[in-house]
Formats: sequence, structure tokens, C-alpha cells
Amino acid sequence: MDLFEYQARDLFAKHGVPVLAGEVIDTPEAAREITERLGGKSVVKAQVKVGGRGKAGGVKLAATPDEAVARATDILGMDIKGHTVHKVMIAETAPEIVEEYYVSFLLDRANRTFLSIASVEGGMDIEEVAATRPEAVAQIAVDAIDGVDKAKAQEIVAAAKFPAEVADKIADVLVSLWEVFIKEDALLVEVNPLAKVASGDVIALDGKVSLDDNAEFRHPEFEELHDKAAANPLEAAAKEKNLNYVKLDGEVGIIGNGAGLVMSTLDVVAYAGEAHQGVKPANFLDIGGGASAEVMANGLEIILGDPDVKSVFVNVFGGITACDAVANGIVQALELLESKGEEVTKPLVVRLDGNNAELGRKILDDRKHPLVQRVDTMDGAADKAAELAAAAK
Amino acid sequence: MAIFLTKESKVIVQGMTGSEGQKHTRRMLASGTNIVGGVNPRKAGTTVDFDGTEVPVFGTVKEAIEATGADVTVIFVPEKFTKDAVVEAIDAEIPLAVVITEGIAVHDTAAFWAYAGKKGNKTRIIGPNCPGLITPGQSNAGIIPADITKPGRIGLVSKSGTLTYQMMYELRDIGFSTCVGIGGDPIIGTTHIDALKAFQDDPDTDLIVMIGEIGGDAEERAAAFIKENVTKPVVGYVAGFTAPEGKTMGHAGAIVSGSSGTAQAKKEALEAAGVKVGKTPTETAELARAVLGN
Repeated sequence: MDLFEYQARDLFAKHGVPVLAGEVIDTPEAAREITERLGGKSVVKAQVKVGGRGKAGGVKLAATPDEAVARATDILGMDIKGHTVHKVMIAETAPEIVEEYYVSFLLDRANRTFLSIASVEGGMDIEEVAATRPEAVAQIAVDAIDGVDKAKAQEIVAAAKFPAEVADKIADVLVSLWEVFIKEDALLVEVNPLAKVASGDVIALDGKVSLDDNAEFRHPEFEELHDKAAANPLEAAAKEKNLNYVKLDGEVGIIGNGAGLVMSTLDVVAYAGEAHQGVKPANFLDIGGGASAEVMANGLEIILGDPDVKSVFVNVFGGITACDAVANGIVQALELLESKGEEVTKPLVVRLDGNNAELGRKILDDRKHPLVQRVDTMDGAADKAAELAAAAK
Repeated sequence: MAIFLTKESKVIVQGMTGSEGQKHTRRMLASGTNIVGGVNPRKAGTTVDFDGTEVPVFGTVKEAIEATGADVTVIFVPEKFTKDAVVEAIDAEIPLAVVITEGIAVHDTAAFWAYAGKKGNKTRIIGPNCPGLITPGQSNAGIIPADITKPGRIGLVSKSGTLTYQMMYELRDIGFSTCVGIGGDPIIGTTHIDALKAFQDDPDTDLIVMIGEIGGDAEERAAAFIKENVTKPVVGYVAGFTAPEGKTMGHAGAIVSGSSGTAQAKKEALEAAGVKVGKTPTETAELARAVLGN
């Protein structure tokens, strides 16, 4: 889960990373009182989870409280690279900036450990700096057990060649930032820019934090950080039902068991769609190993509720779950939906294979649901589902 | 001979007394796995009956090893306690720990992986968030259904559980030496490369099928490894061509970030290393058949 800047700022402050004062608002008028409290001037910053908002006009200085309201009015509702601005942060104006640096901790998948990236050239996209001036970017592995103490922080500072007068302060920032990374179960904590200001202090002016959704079991507060406003309504409804669902932009609704098989199903449908007016998968939905009637019904309900969906492909490989149980689940799910008064009008193509496939297929055949047809190979079923979606377009 | 797991393997189950642990211990026993014990400190000294087979419960992994000579542990304990369970297995120096549990925080996996390194990597870790591994006809450590296929000469390594089953099913008439599900988390113990190396050295494996998916660069690194070190034929499949950027597709590690981790890049890297890559699981199975001449 990627956080907004203001949420990242709050976590930085909580663990002692120096930040500027600021508050987040969603109505322009609220900018006045905050700006007054900040001494009469402020920076109005769009809260969007995408880079380049400054260039897009999403960050503006306000010299007076009235101006802050005006700038907040401009920025709220703005579209930045497809992200609508629902919130702005009214922040204290930065003291005179002398230099801008970059520091981060992140997961290093390839080496199965953590990594610190630090550079004296902050303020811009670190990937660009790394590509054009690799010598300006230090990458230091961090052991997951040893972590970052002052000595390790000094090693990072030395590798990145930070100026002597800020070395100690940046080392302190790194120790605090590591605390954010570990204690908040983050996958990424990034400060960019970390500014050296005229007084000689260093301040985190902007930051990114991405948290590990799998760690939610020990962080009940993560629930509050989810961006409910931006979530696709279908994705939000699926999340309510604990379904692993991602909305895509095609026409063939997909239900399958197991993340890998579902990803593969999307690809196979997209290939099949090439011969059928370019129809594509409408979603990713993994109902997991169990595939009970209730979970199947929940999944079907979400998918049938998607107006973009023209046909549905249920692709199940019976591993631990037997296909007869899955077939019963499908039949019961349709009955459940119909009993709730929901009209099931979209064709379903079902492919069952693996454990007890014959029994499962027989259950579907016996039920003779007018909208359900079975095709027994994955490629064949994908083709049929794509064909039906194209016909209904 | 197979890799990592044979009929000689003596298997214990951490979390055997929980509902998932019980269910799968029963299945493993039914498929011929030599299960010699379970671990649960609160139930040490008791036994659990699995359709007539009494399996003893030990207080610790160390005690289980001392009493039974166990050399494999399969871990089903809930995600909150998984790190401690793996650390215990590492401390006991058991040669193989198969971590089935899904939903483990990546900081926990990073910590037990680092711990294994500090202890000299005496324990091979498979997973977490994986279906485990099966050597058909010999032993089954995890949750892979044992009745899909039979012993044969194909080695399979996959990030995905259900695609493992699908591929075993597609090639069920030919059979497999060992099928290893390594899991789709951002950090995993045994990698594609580890399995490729073991299959290359395994006299019972003639062909390797490798299944990857979006996220990270494990497949690219595996491709480089194949080019330099693998002389046996390798057939590949990659899932997730249609996955949008920045969305996690089920597995915690299955995410395209910017331009990195795409299925296209993985496919190209594998093909450049001489690996035949199928467009669908079925086509991949056909490629494998063609290589084996049946």
C-alpha cells in the first residue's frame, strides 16, 4: 500500500525524522486558518500518489491566508496524470534551501535483503540520476537482523559522500528513517528531497512510504490508511468480501483459483480476444483454493455487477478442491444470486479440470442452466468466452 | 533420485495439530510420505491418530530430530508465528524447511532468511507462501495433490501453486522427477536457480519446465544461469502479460513496478538463453512433449 505524502510525513514525524509542520484538508476554506497558524504563509501541496505533481501545477506557494484558500481551490479537484486531487496539505514554507539530497530504504528482492540508496543529488527522480550519473548514487546493503545503527548510518553517509557539515545530521535521519522502515513494516521509505537549509539543519521536505499489506495483522492502524476515495467501487466491494480482485479494462469477467492460474487465464483470454474484436479480460479474481459456493457467489456477484463485463470465464483447476464441489458451488451461487432477485443475464463459460473433473462436469450438464456452458480445455474455454463477449459488445 | 525430497526423507510437521496442518498431514501420509512426527510445545508427548497411523507430537524441532532422525519439516503455523517456527527449524539445523504459510510479512521472511545465512545456510528453505514439493511415488512435503501425475523424468519449478498443478496435469502421462513450488512472495528461500541447478545435477531428470510470473527479476537471473550452466533442455512459461503496472496480482511479489518485472522482459530473457517459452500452459506442455519426442 502506497501512502500519501501527508501520511508518510506523519510516520516520519512519529519516528523522529525532521519534517515541516502541515495539515491535510479536503475543503479550500480550511486552508485559511491553518495558514494563519503557520505565520500567514504556506505551501499548498496536492496529495496524489504519483510523481511530477510540482510540474503539473499541484504545488503552489501562498503568501497570505486568502491566497492559500485560492490555491487550494485551484488544486482540489485537479487531475494529475489521471489522479484526482481529493486532499491538499497546507504546509509550513521551507526555510531557504541550500542543497537537496536523497535517502531511502527498500526491499532488495534480488539479494533477499534490504538496501539503502543515498545521493547528494536529490530533488529529482533517483532512477534518472542512477541511469545518468551512477557514481552519484550509493547503494549499500542492509542486513535484516543487524539493521541500521549510528555506525551503519555513518557507513551509508560516507559512501554517498555527504558534506562533512551535515554528515552527522544525515546519519541521525537515517537511523530514524530505518525505524520507520522496520517499525511500520514498510517496503519503501524514501525522503526526496532531504534538504539542507540555511541554518544548517536537514529537513525531509517530501517523502514516499509503501507499507506491506501482509503485515496488517500486527498493524490494525493500516486500515485507516487505505485510500477509500480513490478505490474503484468494484475493488472496494470485493475487498469488503475478502476477495482478491483487480479491475481491468476489458469485457471478459474472470474467476479462477490460485493467483498464478488467474494471471495465466487473463493472458490466455487476451490472446483469444485477438481473434474476437480485441476483447480483453475485465478483471483479476482469485477465489483461492477453497472455492466454496459462498465465495463463488460473492465473486460472481462482483463480476456480474460490472457493467463492462459481457461474458464470464470461470477457470478452475481442482487441486485440493474437488471439481464436483466447485460445480456445486457454481450452481448454488447462481441460485443464490437469483434468489436475491439479481438477474443473471451474462453467459458463463466454465472450465473444470483436475480432481473429480468428470463429476463436476456432470453436475453442470445435469443442471442445464441456460447461461452456463462448459468447455473442457483452458484455451478452448478462453476462446469461447472471448467469442461470447465480442458478440455481446 | 529426484531433488530435495526422496522416499528416504523423514518428515515432521510444525503446526500439525492445527486444522490446515491436520488436513494436509493426512493427505501427505495417504500419498506415502514418511511422516515421523509433529511439533507443538503445548501438546508434546501426545500422539495424533491419522486413520490408524499414530504420529507423535514433540515439543521442539530439535527433540523431534533427536527422536526420529527427521530431515524435512513442513511448516503450517499461522503467519504471526511463522518466523519463530522457521528460526526454530534453522536452529535445529534440519536440512530442509518447507514453509507453506501464506500472508507472511516480508520483514519476517527477510529476518529468517538473514538468520539462515548467519547460521551457515545449513537449512534449505522452500517458500514461504508455496505449495511445497512432491517427488511422485516417493514423498510429498506440502499441499500438492499427489494423484495428478506419476513418477517420470520431467523436473518442474514454479512460483505458482495452481500452475504447478495445471502443468503436472498437462504432462501427467509422462510424469515428473520432482515438482517444486517455490512461492510468489517478494523474498523466497529456494529460487528458480537453486532448483535448476539441482535438476541439472539430477540423473533422473531429462527436461526442466520452469514457470515464472511478473515481479522482480528472478526469471531474468534464472535465464542467465541457464545460459551458463544448464545443458538439459528447459521449457518455460511466464504468467502476467496482461497485468497492469503497479497492481499486486494475488501473490505479494507479483507486481510490475514501472518498467521492471514485466512478463515480456522475462520471456525475452529466457528465449535469449535458449529456453522455449509457451504462450499458454497448454502450448508450454506441447513444447515439452516435442522436446521429449512424445
